[in-house]
Amino acid sequence: MDRLMSLCVPSLNLRMHRSLIDSLEIQSCYLLSEHSCLASGFGSIHFVLLVSRQGKVRLTKWYSPYTQKERSKVIRELSGVILNRGPKLCNFVEWRGYKVVYKRYASLYFCMCIDAEDNELEVLEIIHHYVEILDRYFGSVCELDLIFNFHKAYYILDELLIAGEIQESSKKTVARIISAQDEMVEAAKEEAGSISYIIAQAS
Amino acid sequence: MDNLFQRSLEDLIKGFRLQLLGESSFISRALEEIRREVKATDLSTKSTALHKLSYLAAIHGVDMSWAAFHALEVVSSSRFHHKRIGYQAITQSFHDQTSVLLLITNQLRKDLNSVNEYEVSLALECLSRIGTRDLARDLSPEVFTLLGSSKSFVRKKATGVVLRVFDKYPDAVKVCFKRLVENLETSDPQILSAVVGVFCELASKDPTSCLPLAPEFFKILVDSRNNWVLIKLLKIFSKLASVEPRLGRKVAEPICEHMKRTVAKSLVFECVRTVVSSLSDHEAAVELAVAKIREFLVEDDPNLKYLGLHALSIAAPKHLWAVLENKEAVVKALSDEDPNVKLEALHLLMAMVTEDNVSEISRILMNYALKSDPLFCNEIIISVLSVCSRNAYEIIVDFDWYVSLLGEMARIPHCQRGEEIEHQLIDIGMRVRDARPQLVRVSWALLIDPALLGNMFLHPILSAASWVSGEYVEFSKNPYELVEALVQPRTDLLPPYIRAIYIHSVFKVLVFCLGSYFSAQESSSGSSSTVYESILNLVNVIEIGVWPLSGAYDVEVQERAKNVLGFIGMAKQDIAKNVNLQDNDAEACRVTAFMEDMFSEELGPISANAQEKVCVPDGLELEENLGDLEEICGKFLKPVESDSVSCTDKISFSVSKLRIRDQQEASSSSTSLPAKASSSLLAEHRKRHGMYYLTSEKNDPDSNGTPKDYPPANDLASEILLDPLDPKRKAKHRKSRPVVVKLDEGGESRITTSQAKTKQESVTDDESLSRAIQSALLVNKKGKEREKCEGNSNLVVQEEETSRIEKPQNSEKKKKKKKKKNGERTSGKHRSRRRSEVASSSEQVEIPDLLL
Repeated sequence: MDRLMSLCVPSLNLRMHRSLIDSLEIQSCYLLSEHSCLASGFGSIHFVLLVSRQGKVRLTKWYSPYTQKERSKVIRELSGVILNRGPKLCNFVEWRGYKVVYKRYASLYFCMCIDAEDNELEVLEIIHHYVEILDRYFGSVCELDLIFNFHKAYYILDELLIAGEIQESSKKTVARIISAQDEMVEAAKEEAGSISYIIAQAS
Repeated sequence: MDNLFQRSLEDLIKGFRLQLLGESSFISRALEEIRREVKATDLSTKSTALHKLSYLAAIHGVDMSWAAFHALEVVSSSRFHHKRIGYQAITQSFHDQTSVLLLITNQLRKDLNSVNEYEVSLALECLSRIGTRDLARDLSPEVFTLLGSSKSFVRKKATGVVLRVFDKYPDAVKVCFKRLVENLETSDPQILSAVVGVFCELASKDPTSCLPLAPEFFKILVDSRNNWVLIKLLKIFSKLASVEPRLGRKVAEPICEHMKRTVAKSLVFECVRTVVSSLSDHEAAVELAVAKIREFLVEDDPNLKYLGLHALSIAAPKHLWAVLENKEAVVKALSDEDPNVKLEALHLLMAMVTEDNVSEISRILMNYALKSDPLFCNEIIISVLSVCSRNAYEIIVDFDWYVSLLGEMARIPHCQRGEEIEHQLIDIGMRVRDARPQLVRVSWALLIDPALLGNMFLHPILSAASWVSGEYVEFSKNPYELVEALVQPRTDLLPPYIRAIYIHSVFKVLVFCLGSYFSAQESSSGSSSTVYESILNLVNVIEIGVWPLSGAYDVEVQERAKNVLGFIGMAKQDIAKNVNLQDNDAEACRVTAFMEDMFSEELGPISANAQEKVCVPDGLELEENLGDLEEICGKFLKPVESDSVSCTDKISFSVSKLRIRDQQEASSSSTSLPAKASSSLLAEHRKRHGMYYLTSEKNDPDSNGTPKDYPPANDLASEILLDPLDPKRKAKHRKSRPVVVKLDEGGESRITTSQAKTKQESVTDDESLSRAIQSALLVNKKGKEREKCEGNSNLVVQEEETSRIEKPQNSEKKKKKKKKKNGERTSGKHRSRRRSEVASSSEQVEIPDLLL
């Protein structure tokens, strides 16, 4: 029944359909890497947070240990601070001795928390990089894509960052890896969906 | 077959958007469903359930620790799809205390050895997130193998995981380090940057251990054009340069070149930060960096502006000229709309303050405070206050100006820093005699300002103002007006404790006026009726003003009001009498003279460490360890056990008893049974109230220095040149102060020692890692040396031997001690040999001459 209902999803907030990448400003790239690869290193990112303009959480990824309680507190605190900041302010917030670097793409805020002495501009670049990969994967990505493909956004992030550091800088490579994995999953699903498999299960 | 009817994650998400139940009840229903589904035997049903659960946990903060075992089950599936869901759930929810963590080792090993590179990557990712000491130990061989993998996809992920493994299990360094160093020479940019990232983290934890690798880093710094690698390298070098200053000379040049060459702002900023923080002795580099900072400051981009200011504030302590050069930009940034930029600018401006420009800068800041938002306004006020009061008002020359500034601050509408201003008004009154007339003038102006009474943040200022005008009433031009201000009806708005201070000030003014009246009577012997009129007037005003307060609810106010009224009642008769009889022996006259005497004694500031200077009274033995209390005085403690004396009383009681017993030279072998009971009691008490116990080292006679006389409490005052006081204090201060200070300091010292302890622990943790790295490096180097010597191509490495740098002695000692402990544990011959190598390597760190 749910499947049926899902067909009549009401038209959502228009802003949600707007492509995130619309608001990309190319001149705001602080790192014009000569190689198309955005090489890795320990960004020492403590966590990644995607929050919508309405304060809804769209994705969270924690690289440092936080309990569930702390996580909700962090989200509450930060979205309160970041959502209230005006558009012309700088993209850094000092918070509990850390720095939170955020950038708004359409209706979504991408936030990453780093140590005070880490390079803020580099992290802005990582965020931008992530959005570009998402854009390439979903084809002009918008917030709805991320809502319904929550797990895919996760897997892409996992290819981009490991242990809080960026590990893959080539957009092409990430796209290739993700599609290879998708194929594996599809193949498995097909197999599971085949009649012979169902019969084997049932018998 | 139940998976046909199972809701997928997508269904859940869509359902969530359509639900009418309300979020929490929808979640709880979904959870119910998941709990049921996750128990299914079919793995795809189970994994879908887990998938939904991890969605709920990530987005809605639902607890998923209960599903830990199910996640393990899903991971063990042979299908990649399931594995991925399982690993995602594990990375999301597992932590060091998860009980099923032990069961995952074999699964991880199996996946790390898998032929499917994506399964390997899943396992590596998982390990990077949940790796514990045990996992790191058990899986380090696998990670080692993967570090040499032919697939760069796997190799870079393995490199990323290495840091976690090292961190949890330092011995893994021995195994993996060589491969890690080899990867520094790889041509694959991805792997290179991953390795550099690992070294960046290692260097930030312990720079010394990475020092021998400096030539390799240097080569990459010169050759690489990959900005991401370069940023990490700059971080490494800024850490290394802090332990080995000679490195700075070498790297300054390539860094400058990068700074000139690149257009990437992030790299420029990293170069700037490295130069101003670690290479601040290299003039040319600093000049170039400051030029770049200036470029940042004039940019429109708020990010660059902020970072420019930030870099300036790093440079400020050593290169104040850089800040002064950019003063205009800094002042301009004060009116920026971004609070971060404003704050950074404020800090910079405060760093610039000197004796000469303090009034100019304060003037600018006060103007900004008037027109900015409350938050920033108070930030300005508190910075000005703290900078000006630093080191007992070191930079203030003109105190009249400063006191007026304090008065101005009180009138800034958003000001909420009443307490700090209160403190400084009183402090200046006590410390700086010359400032008192101005202080009294300012105080009076504050007292009659109607705006202040209505603002509860400023009440402390009023309390200070009233105290000052009472204490230094002799500088007041018009005591009558002062009294009027102090008893004005609107003081109703003040809290009782401040009203009490007001009344006390009224009392002081009254005593002063009466005193001068009586002495005038005495000397002139002829009384003019105008003087009489005015004194009578004064007394009447006070009486009318204070009278209603004698029925005040607050006892403090009531008592003080009654005191004043009583004094007035007595004095009034005598004033009248005096006019006629000129009788010097009148009671009021004597009392007034006495009171005046009392109030004329000056109050001085009290040194923060006055308590330390209190010498221990005879017979009190503070050094004695209270730990053996139970042996000696168990007998005395026993009766206390049952009665209702408070805990602290108990202890002081027992201590005093103890001393008596000592004096009597009673044998320490008292009955053992009660001793036991009391010892447990005492131990328990110590546990619960540990912070009230004196720490033993605090009472060490050495730390206190030579024994001193009873507090020359105002020593601080004599240390301050500005302060012409010869301070004396009132008895009440002497009595009440010690108790407070003692408790505080006891607490503090406890805290610091415990902090020191944890610090030490963490140091040893890091140490084990750095030791491991050093040993690995040594082995590595030796091998290399042999290779290179055979080729007879490189002189540099041969020279290594000659340039050894001795480490500071104490750390050497510490390490030796640790080594001993480790040595005892190891048994095998081979291992102990390696240990001895470790020992030798930790004492000397090799630095190749190439860089020096």
